[in-house]
Amino acid sequence: MSAVIEKESSAAGIDAVDRRIILATQGGLPLVTAPYAQLAEQIGISSEELMSRMQRMLQDGVIRRIGAVPNHYKLGFRGNGMSVWDVSDDSVCEFGERIGALDFVSHCYHRPRHPPRWPYNLFAMVHGRDRDEVMHKVAHIAEMLGTAARAHDVLFSTRILKKTGMRLPSE
Amino acid sequence: MNPRRETGEANLDALDRHIVNRLQDGFPICERPFDAVANELGTDEADLIARVDALLQRGVLSRFGPMYHAERLGGGLTLAAMQVPAEDFDRVAEQVNGFPEVAHNYARDHQLNMWFVLATETPQRLAAVVRAIEQATGYPVFDMPKREEFFVGLKFEV
Repeated sequence: MSAVIEKESSAAGIDAVDRRIILATQGGLPLVTAPYAQLAEQIGISSEELMSRMQRMLQDGVIRRIGAVPNHYKLGFRGNGMSVWDVSDDSVCEFGERIGALDFVSHCYHRPRHPPRWPYNLFAMVHGRDRDEVMHKVAHIAEMLGTAARAHDVLFSTRILKKTGMRLPSE
Repeated sequence: MNPRRETGEANLDALDRHIVNRLQDGFPICERPFDAVANELGTDEADLIARVDALLQRGVLSRFGPMYHAERLGGGLTLAAMQVPAEDFDRVAEQVNGFPEVAHNYARDHQLNMWFVLATETPQRLAAVVRAIEQATGYPVFDMPKREEFFVGLKFEV
């Protein structure tokens, strides 16, 4: 019962028109002088309505942000290490916040372990110009955690296999 | 500082770098958003549009537009990993990438060597997609949905 309520509230009041906006924009904004007017025409609403709906979705956090996703490889951030840490479950929140505050960490999450294959419960993406720079930054985190980190590892990405962002199926 | 070294292979000029940095922050919602940003950056609308187009074509930017929050849409989101033998890797990558729910997929140098993000319209659908991927590929999927997200600044300054 509570799961149903939670699900409904997390859906943040998306209606059929919002859904059409999401479908029309999830691949990107049109690169034209008036992109919102073009989308509005495509969807069959006024551009004022389209803009106010997108503004609302931005305020509600349905849209995280509108902008560009850089390919960090092409920007010279060739080192992209997913550092993973095994810390006690009651300290994961404290350490997650401290690691997330570091300027070279782009994402930081608490995730479930899969023992014995996967003992790690804290994930932090560390970026640098190359692997050495990433390893240096990981060493900095290791020093910060001290003995609280029972084990850690760094997984380097070797290839981007797909990067399209979230897609709603178009039914 | 050597600017070419700073930007690696992409070989961006100063204005391109400003554009990449500026566009990681909020792009405005107004009738002429490119015009508004172009004014901030000291260029004109047509130049900005042409440069964003070129940055996308060259793969310096992988996307440009609204980033939707899967869970706030009522959707499901998870990170999943698989261990795939090298000789089977390309086949499995193609199968995994063929699922529209796979938002990104990275090869990583670990026993668990394929890591992908799944985004589904409902949280309930995640398990079905995980199962479908296991069935299609023949390998188990380690599902690692986030339990908590810690605040980070989001920026690749170039």
